Amino acid sequence: MNNRAEIMNDMAVHLKAPAHIPDRELQRFLDQVFDKYGYDFRNYSHASLRRRLRHRLMLSGIDDFGDLEAKTLKNRQFFNTILLDLSITTTEMFRDPAFFMAFRDEVVPVLKTYPSFKIWQAGCSTGQETYSLAILLQEEGILDRGLIYATDFNATALEQARRGVYPTELIKQYAAQFHRAGGKGPFSQYFTSRYDSVLMDKSLRRNIVFSEHNLATDGVFSEVQIVICRNVLIYFNRTLQDRALSIFHQSLGRRGFLCLGAKESLLLSSHRRDFEVVRENERIFRKKTG
Amino acid sequence: MKESLEKKRGKGTHKSLLPPGIQKDIQADAIVIGASAGGLRAIGLILSSLPASFPLPILVAQHIHPDMNSLSVTLMQEKCQIQVQEGIDKEPINAGVAYLAPPNYHLLVECDRTLSLSVDERVNFARPSIDVLFESASEVFESRLIGIVLTGANKDGAEGLKFIKANGGTAIVQDPNTAEYDAMPKAALEATSVDFVLPLEKIAPALLTVVGQRRQA
Repeated sequence: MNNRAEIMNDMAVHLKAPAHIPDRELQRFLDQVFDKYGYDFRNYSHASLRRRLRHRLMLSGIDDFGDLEAKTLKNRQFFNTILLDLSITTTEMFRDPAFFMAFRDEVVPVLKTYPSFKIWQAGCSTGQETYSLAILLQEEGILDRGLIYATDFNATALEQARRGVYPTELIKQYAAQFHRAGGKGPFSQYFTSRYDSVLMDKSLRRNIVFSEHNLATDGVFSEVQIVICRNVLIYFNRTLQDRALSIFHQSLGRRGFLCLGAKESLLLSSHRRDFEVVRENERIFRKKTG
Repeated sequence: MKESLEKKRGKGTHKSLLPPGIQKDIQADAIVIGASAGGLRAIGLILSSLPASFPLPILVAQHIHPDMNSLSVTLMQEKCQIQVQEGIDKEPINAGVAYLAPPNYHLLVECDRTLSLSVDERVNFARPSIDVLFESASEVFESRLIGIVLTGANKDGAEGLKFIKANGGTAIVQDPNTAEYDAMPKAALEATSVDFVLPLEKIAPALLTVVGQRRQA
């Protein structure tokens, strides 16, 4: 019985014509969202936005994009759902272990010469990468000297990041990546398990400040020695990529490091001459002097 | 709409140029290809059969282990006359170039015909996902897109091909009987009506015929 209903349901989804969202309509939607709520997605990658909005159309059983637009503008709660849909939340601990290895080799030795330092991790989402960074600095014995600003525009994701609670089922993968990233001790020393989730150790969080910051609308807030912003710029168009890189450049102190995602590059950017390459494949750059 | 477009471009029908059984007047600006298990060989066969002067861009989503580096691109480039490269974020799409989705990233197309990458959650357990590429390319190229589903052991690409068809594009599926893994071509055939079901070695010649038609027009 149940099975049959499920099959019918599947068929309904299967048979429904997929929604096509013309760019003109998407732009109008983004303009209105910005006017009404102040969140600026206009210079985000439209291809990704469209995919997420199409997914929302399907989940909400709304056929027409115009109806979704009307509902978004009328209903704040529905807008919050859209806001979650549009924020980048995919993240994991020690994603791209080679990057963390390179960070140990190239950046940590410099940090060890500083009495104190600040790191800005832009687009921290639910915090996995922030904790990865804290664990690495702890291992290297310099966590206490550092202050990590971990920012995101998504308040819900930040709340999760502050809690530091992650599903146990992911830990095996995280642990493997931790070791491939040069992690030495047992990964389990950094969290306590409870039922089907783990709680990251409080001591890791003592020098992390999680706060709201929107790369599309906010500016520089502090001078830092390192900016880490991985797999965020790919969601922006060239205009917004350049805006973000300008903010990073202004935020970085003398000879500061910039770390991007594995497939992000400065090559197409107007800032390519402001940075020198430290590690090509791991996307570690350093601010040039002058 | 389509008719007026064709008129404006001075294109008529050249059915006689198409191989027997191909009864459709195809106008395309881009080709998307999706493959999974057994795909590297199949994609390699198609791409290596195209001349350097091939006038359309080709976007490829091949399921590949996240830790694979770009070795497959290098290997493929060696045996192809057309340029084969990994898709670079925000890079313009050029004719005669095959862009492969990087391992662990989705490949998408922007309205200004540049590429985008994303690390969004896996779709059909895959990143890159064929559906993601097909759907985003279809939004941009609409009816002027050819989608090709090749060998694979899952059903990624079926929804994407359906989307391409719904937007007036052309669908080609590798004949399941000739596919190393037939699940993916079969899923595509179940999801939508397709224009051509072809054995692997007939796919590149069909593409050449289509662009030959385009060039003469």
